[in-house]
Amino acid sequence: MTARDDVLARVRSALHTATPRPLVAPDQPASRSPETVSGTSDATRGGATSGLVDLFEERVADYRAVVVRCTEAEVADAVRHGLADSGTVVVPDGFPDDLLGLPTGARRVTDDGLDAHALDAVDAVVTLATVGIAETGTIILDHGTGQGRRALSLVPDRHVCVVRADQVVADVPEAVTLLDRSGAATRPMTWISGPSATSDIELDRVEGVHGPRTLHVVIVV
Amino acid sequence: MPPFPQAAHTALADTQLRSNLRHATHTIRDKRQRVVDEVDQWEALRTKGAQVKDDMLAHLDEHLLTLEASLTARGAIVHWARDAAEACAIVAQVATDHGVDEVVKVKSMATQEIELNEALAAQGIAAWETDLAELIVQLGDDLPSHILVPAIHRNRSEIRQIFLDHMAGSGRPAPADLTDEPRELAGAARLHLREKFLRAKVAVSGANFAVAETGTLVVVESEGNGRMCLTLPEVLISVVGIEKVLPRFADLDTFLQLLPRSSTGERMNPYTSMWSGITPGDGPQEVHVVLLDNGRTNVLADEVGRQALRCIRCSACLNVCPVYERTGGHAYGSVYPGPIGAILVPLLKGVGHDAQVDSLPYASSLCGRCYEVCPVKIDIPEVLVHLRAEVVDAHRDGWPTGMDLAMRATSVLFADPGRMSLAVKASGVANRVVAGLTGLPGVHGRSLPGGRAAIGRLPGPGAAWSDARDLPVPPRTSFRTWWTQTHGGRDETAGGRS
Repeated sequence: MTARDDVLARVRSALHTATPRPLVAPDQPASRSPETVSGTSDATRGGATSGLVDLFEERVADYRAVVVRCTEAEVADAVRHGLADSGTVVVPDGFPDDLLGLPTGARRVTDDGLDAHALDAVDAVVTLATVGIAETGTIILDHGTGQGRRALSLVPDRHVCVVRADQVVADVPEAVTLLDRSGAATRPMTWISGPSATSDIELDRVEGVHGPRTLHVVIVV
Repeated sequence: MPPFPQAAHTALADTQLRSNLRHATHTIRDKRQRVVDEVDQWEALRTKGAQVKDDMLAHLDEHLLTLEASLTARGAIVHWARDAAEACAIVAQVATDHGVDEVVKVKSMATQEIELNEALAAQGIAAWETDLAELIVQLGDDLPSHILVPAIHRNRSEIRQIFLDHMAGSGRPAPADLTDEPRELAGAARLHLREKFLRAKVAVSGANFAVAETGTLVVVESEGNGRMCLTLPEVLISVVGIEKVLPRFADLDTFLQLLPRSSTGERMNPYTSMWSGITPGDGPQEVHVVLLDNGRTNVLADEVGRQALRCIRCSACLNVCPVYERTGGHAYGSVYPGPIGAILVPLLKGVGHDAQVDSLPYASSLCGRCYEVCPVKIDIPEVLVHLRAEVVDAHRDGWPTGMDLAMRATSVLFADPGRMSLAVKASGVANRVVAGLTGLPGVHGRSLPGGRAAIGRLPGPGAAWSDARDLPVPPRTSFRTWWTQTHGGRDETAGGRS
């Protein structure tokens, strides 16, 4: 018998011998059917789009990321500002040229299969995003056009991310539904909530361990 | 490992440990409470999480087959492992096939449970832990003491010393002028590990969730070490317990709300990675998934204990547990400490053949806080009581214990009113003797809340019981004698009140 057959046989035998007990205690109010749970907080339910963007901005900033809001025409300047004094910037395929502003003297690096060491020598990365979640201040990359493969937004120490206001949804369930319907579910994905952080030393939060130590989010309204 | 009461005694004597633990558990439990209070349907969310897991477990075989098919279709190689030895052998074989003598690791409870690092070391393969806390534990040749923050028992100056003493032995040394500032310590870890990430060919991870319909594995983390391991190496091996399956991608909505808030007390953890098999041009181009049983089907077969398989390893139960807060994780003698460990370990390993495992269901005051904070509503106290019964049952066919004899004697007395009456009279005498003991040297009198006198420690065979409990000093007259003398309290009332 292979391990596979054996494990499956054990699972079936366990399910056969043990009858699962009902989960919800009888005194639980029936009106709160779990099926109806979707949005989680009053702050995000039924809010107007501008309210959502406000909340998104506030929650991203809460993680000590830098957040700026600007119009389409101002994006290139905001990106240039976000890149600060970076000398080399990797720009993924499909990142729109009209949104790209590079600091004076900065060199644009194209990802032609850079290996890990080459990527480690790059100062910053600029990407688009797929979804923003207001309630949790989360940016989701599905690593499609303008977002680059996963390593690009990981190894360089500074990540400038451009999110459009119409990409911002209220909460986690909305984001999951959107990704599920759009077929992104089988793509590699990275959910980013603030810069890399650790609380492993006496639970003191320290930003910046292995991922980008600076996260700069540009919201386009 | 010694049984829990013995290990707990050692831990309780360590005042540094107790102060580190108190600070850490209180900080994290307060953070959790703040972000849980933000969610107005938290209770309904917990119920949904429990229900999704229960429904999944009821059809676990089907979901595992779906997961296997989805992963295979996405280019992953699926392995099955009955136990720890098989799982370790699979990982070692993949590493050996690629001719590597080191792998980088994402923090994973499953790989700790199967003692993968030790198994790889035996094959001459170094397994580098890359989570900061796991690095501290590994460099200090120590054991993890918490599911989420394994180095919770260490403070900053201890960590600084570990880095200075041991980093050089396994790669880039710590800077000589390293201070105990957490930012500097994290910086030293960043530099030390970066060279390992950049050269690693093979990585090993676990998974927080495995979505059957899409073959998506999910790893939730904070530091980015997970992303490094999941993205940069050529080969990725993920060891996944069979209970980690979620049927649909849509089920993630519930768990990505429950897990970060319960675990680190954040609205969302900094990084969540999802991947499904192989993506050309992005990340590892050879992906293995090891589906691990290692006792999980035993848990599944236990009607009461099955709910433990809902566990998403958030560690909220550890942070609120009055026992864990004082003893720390090492006293539990397992990679799964705290309330969840006290049920999971006996369920996975079975009771009746290891004194250490059998002691775990008793490592609790049954206060119930663990149940209140559990994001998937595991009724830990219920399972603890159930396991205590199993431990007692497992030891029935040997010599009767002191408790068995006491219970038998009680049963003889209770069966006959005459015998009972005689015994009660005798007990009045005995009570006066016991009460008198409090005055003897070596027997320490105490007082209980409410002012009633208590005996701190009994001599002789009573010591085993009174070691961890205060015995109230018995009244000098029995209830029956009092009833007869006062006519049910009427005479006493008449005389005592004006």
